[in-house]
Amino acid sequence: MTAPASQPTSFSRVPGIAFIFKKALISALVALVLFSLMIGIRTEAGPTGQLIFWTRFGDLASMVAIVFGGSIVVELLRQWWGPVETVRIVPPSAQNAMAIGRRAIAPVLLIFTFLVPVIFYDQRYILDLGILVLTYVMLGWGLNVVVGLAGLLDLGYVAFYAVGAYSYALLSTTFGLSFWVCLPLAGILAAFWGVLLGFPVLRLRGDYLAIVTLAFGEIIRLVIINWQSLTGGPNGISGIPRPSFFGIPLTPGDDGLAARLGIEFSPTHRIVFLFYLILALALLTNWVTIRLRHLPIGRAWEALREDEVACRALGINTTTTKLTAFATGAMFGGFAGAFFATRQGFISPESFTFQESALILAIVVLGGMGSQLGVALAALAMIGGFELFRGFDQYRMLVFGVAMVLLMIWRPRGLIGHRAPTVFLERNQAISSELTSEGRG
Amino acid sequence: MSDQHILSVDHLTMRFGGVVAVNDLSFTAERRKITALIGPNGAGKTTVFNCITGFYKPTSGSMRLTHDDGRNIQLERLNDFRISKLAKVARTFQNIRLFPGMTALENLMVAQHNALMRASGLTFLGLIGAPSWRAAEKDAIAQATQWLDRIGLLARADDAAGNLPYGDQRRLEIARAMCTEPALLCLDEPAAGLNARESAALSELLLSIRAEQGTSILLIEHDMSVVMEISDHIVVMDYGVKIAEGAPKDISDDPRVIAAYLGADEDEAIAVMESGT
Repeated sequence: MTAPASQPTSFSRVPGIAFIFKKALISALVALVLFSLMIGIRTEAGPTGQLIFWTRFGDLASMVAIVFGGSIVVELLRQWWGPVETVRIVPPSAQNAMAIGRRAIAPVLLIFTFLVPVIFYDQRYILDLGILVLTYVMLGWGLNVVVGLAGLLDLGYVAFYAVGAYSYALLSTTFGLSFWVCLPLAGILAAFWGVLLGFPVLRLRGDYLAIVTLAFGEIIRLVIINWQSLTGGPNGISGIPRPSFFGIPLTPGDDGLAARLGIEFSPTHRIVFLFYLILALALLTNWVTIRLRHLPIGRAWEALREDEVACRALGINTTTTKLTAFATGAMFGGFAGAFFATRQGFISPESFTFQESALILAIVVLGGMGSQLGVALAALAMIGGFELFRGFDQYRMLVFGVAMVLLMIWRPRGLIGHRAPTVFLERNQAISSELTSEGRG
Repeated sequence: MSDQHILSVDHLTMRFGGVVAVNDLSFTAERRKITALIGPNGAGKTTVFNCITGFYKPTSGSMRLTHDDGRNIQLERLNDFRISKLAKVARTFQNIRLFPGMTALENLMVAQHNALMRASGLTFLGLIGAPSWRAAEKDAIAQATQWLDRIGLLARADDAAGNLPYGDQRRLEIARAMCTEPALLCLDEPAAGLNARESAALSELLLSIRAEQGTSILLIEHDMSVVMEISDHIVVMDYGVKIAEGAPKDISDDPRVIAAYLGADEDEAIAVMESGT
């Protein structure tokens, strides 16, 4: 009690060099046991079919040495950083700067996104990447309604993406409907499938819900593969009409937009148009979600994530509340699907595998469940970052995995874990992620 | 005669497999009165609550709720959320069930869900920001603010409910239940874990709810100081059956009640009572 605060009172708790070395040795030993077979010995089938093997003790030794050294570094870093609960005192000026930075990041990102086609007009690759990132931002925002707000773990979100894409593809190729007619139809159809899936599934909770939604995602894909007469099976649907500028085609012909405006035709026009189209769709998703959060339905979603029993005691119909969350999320997935179809001009079941669902879910979880800005940043990091690591060739996945693990250690509740209240009297203060729950479905 | 009873429970039985948690229980709760349900641990009080509030479907028996306008509702025919929505029965929980990640104010806004859903035109009017919706939202915030003021939490309106002290959480849960504008308020051990001063404040709050809102209250409580002070009528349960019923004074003198609480024979209890007082 009387010890001066500046003195490291927990002197005995700070582990010495012996402790660090012991820990590093144990790690190295575990690594040795693990890698002795994985790396130390290499086996292959010989030319006549017999098993040949050779040893790679050099690689093994360097691997174990890396683990030994890494363990020491990690331990030193941990000591420097202090225990997990340590409250670090940040000077007020730095705090202010950080607060301003945090507030400015969303508008700056938005303005930058608007300017991307202007800045990178000549770089087709960047524009395509931007469209891809924005598609995932939109999908992440759509899934965020289901997972982040309502707390329903949905592993089959890609099903609604597929429904939207196939709705547009089939409606436009069979009936010749235009993109702007099909877009709402695709959303409505996806929402309809969301409700249809929701009815039997929403009695389930947590892990069980996750497994059934996972199955639903696969069922949709398998149906698309096998219903050859309608969907073309594994061959997919090609020749999907490109979007028009509200009826004016973006083609080099006389009736095209370029000819009407009297400018020279360039294929980039369509890319730029697609970029702004997906940006508008994503911003629509964002706007609707933010509005919904401040309406009773959105508050009911979040209350459902916090405590379903209490919701029922307050007279909230939990079934319809969950269904609306599912339908809203599915509708945005459907919009994104229609956009995907019109951008690619060709779709096949291969675009709608479980890996897509997992990727979208990872974006939502990494971003911080329920946070719109977090999801956008996570989509940028996941999709853009993945492209950035292209230079690492075969180690791309490895680097990516390490980055994700580090992020989860550093920010266990996602990039932006705290929650902003939907209504306040005087102080609009963020709620720490330790208090909010992830939901149990 | 039946008009003065807001709730009449008739031959209620609840079986879980071979265990009879509530056995042929009948009692009534009077309108604008505080009725307490007491008994030792495991007597089946919370099971009765769960039946009344629709979390359990009773094995047999009936529960009739009579509203001010004479409308009768059979509670056993409604399930979970409809009891709160249609029958206007609100409840709190033995282990507090607030929405910890939402602010105190938000908790009270969620409680007004059904009224606000109607005002927001099932979300569509709210989405376009119709003036009628804005007015309704303002009223809802005013209503919530008024309750926060009454439970003394106005200064902490924007704090997360999970960050509030235990006693404040208890009162917030009662305020949240009251925001659904119930006819019958069911409180499951509201004084559990409160100190003497907080218990006194709770008694005052419940009495003011009865006086100002005219809400009938059904109360499970172990804290006898609270029960004896505010109850108009007490029902005592043990092993799933009613063993006594009456005014607080009669109950505190009833040898069967004392026997149930002390776990002793009736004769012994009478002896204890006589030597004690």
